[in-house]
Amino acid sequence: MTIALTATAHRPSPILLAVTIAVTLFTIVPMVLSVTAGLINNYSVGIRSGFTTRWVVEVWSAYGDTVWRSLLLAACCVAGTLLLGVPAAYALARSRSRWLRLFEELLTLPVAVPGLATALALILVYGQLRGFRGSFAFILAGHLVFTLPFMVRTVGAAFARPELTALEEAARSLGANFRQRFLGILVPAVLPSIAAGSLMVFTLSVGEFNLTWMLHTPLTRTLPVGLADSYASMRLEVGSAYTLLFFAVVLPVLWFLQWIVQILERRHGT
Amino acid sequence: MEGDTLSGASGRQALLPSVRPTSSLRGLSDPRRLLLAACLAPAAVVFAAFWLLPMAWLVMLPARKGWETYFAVLTSPRYLQSLTNTLLLSVSVTLATVVVGAAVGLFLARTPFRGRGLLLSLLTLPLSFPGVIVGFFVILLGGRQGLIPWIAEQLGGEGFAFAYGLLGLFLAYLYFSLPRSIATYTAAAGALDMQLEEAARSLGASRLRIALDVWVPALAPTTLACGAIVFATAMGAFGTAFTLASKFEVLPITIYGEFTNYANFALAASLSIALGLLTWLVLFLARRLTGGSDVAGAAGGGV
Repeated sequence: MTIALTATAHRPSPILLAVTIAVTLFTIVPMVLSVTAGLINNYSVGIRSGFTTRWVVEVWSAYGDTVWRSLLLAACCVAGTLLLGVPAAYALARSRSRWLRLFEELLTLPVAVPGLATALALILVYGQLRGFRGSFAFILAGHLVFTLPFMVRTVGAAFARPELTALEEAARSLGANFRQRFLGILVPAVLPSIAAGSLMVFTLSVGEFNLTWMLHTPLTRTLPVGLADSYASMRLEVGSAYTLLFFAVVLPVLWFLQWIVQILERRHGT
Repeated sequence: MEGDTLSGASGRQALLPSVRPTSSLRGLSDPRRLLLAACLAPAAVVFAAFWLLPMAWLVMLPARKGWETYFAVLTSPRYLQSLTNTLLLSVSVTLATVVVGAAVGLFLARTPFRGRGLLLSLLTLPLSFPGVIVGFFVILLGGRQGLIPWIAEQLGGEGFAFAYGLLGLFLAYLYFSLPRSIATYTAAAGALDMQLEEAARSLGASRLRIALDVWVPALAPTTLACGAIVFATAMGAFGTAFTLASKFEVLPITIYGEFTNYANFALAASLSIALGLLTWLVLFLARRLTGGSDVAGAAGGGV
């Protein structure tokens, strides 16, 4: 009796299995469709029309610049959140002032409030500064406030670990100055968290649309902005080829960064 | 958890442990305090200049057109309709995501098979897609030249392009919400205590009873946190709805239209405030109910 019962315990429920299969199809079919549609001659004729790379070539010449711009923007955003966020995370982890707790709360608001609102606010205040409004820095400013809380929270949690506080106190009592403690002890100790935070910021920035669509100008189009533009105004094959380009360029970059994060985590044994 | 660190959403879960101050530095000396202030200053300046100041401006703007502008979302039938649409869509997407995500999470966490890690990475891959791509996916599935209308026609039925209505929006929102909940529930279900379930089963409880009496309570905190994040993301999602150019108008699209087509800045600001407050409130309540774990860093994402 008991044996029979234990056996059923490990048999997966047929309903759960069916749902999982349905979800897997739902997730994969559109990806396959989009990749295929970007590589065939005529979407309405189907695979019979034969395969071609002409749509990919067309997209590359029309929108190739958006790929580099997005990768550069994401890299700048990571650099910015590192410079601003890592010291701020340290300050927040080492102080228990009520004002700093309030500041920490405020800092996460750009994530809770829809990006459209943040973008509107930026345009209302800085829209008249033509030079800034039309530049790459305008988009970067929006991305920075949106991604900063992710870096600060991730790294701050690592800085707050008790053994790190003890280590820092020990270094201080041995006469290490702040620069030595910060760059020599603290930053190396939280490196996996810094890497994880950077990956998060890069991923968010490279795919950001809500803010960017409002902040961009024809000269500062990013990849997601170009995608929306091609979906609205080009034939289905071109939109698909552009999506294929996103998969082919951005996903390998993200996987590479993820691989680095995993190596760092393994080395630190966390 | 291969695809885990890749994503904004699971990044949000990484935000869960909140930064706790340590007690050892309670009596901070003055130079020490100065040092911490210097560490914080650059971030504070950038945040104040590019978020606090513009947001304060945005919040004040509707007042210039009279105080009633703040309540436009409730007093104008058109905007109220748009808000109702957005709420209806977000609530139904949240319910569906939580139920389906929990089912997939439970299955993946307790059924060992080859390639399980790979499948989980695949299912969480869409977390790194911009919302516009998800909108395009639904056009490929159910647009005028879409796969499903085509199949329906081949089977002798009528090709029904569902991409541009409520169903299309629902499926698109489900597409970008599911990966988050699958990642969350797989982790939560993996940590579930099996003893309770074994006990219930040995006492002869049916599968439905076990699901209702064991799984639902055990996964309730996960459901609350995950549901709030999904809801908030759905409320603010713009790219997907923008790509689908849906007949079913949601609030972010209304705001965008007021701003770009009619240059009605005060109204756009008022609607943005309403949307922002509502989203923040849901996240705030969820955080309170889950006992302080941080879901504030939740909505938005690349959608």
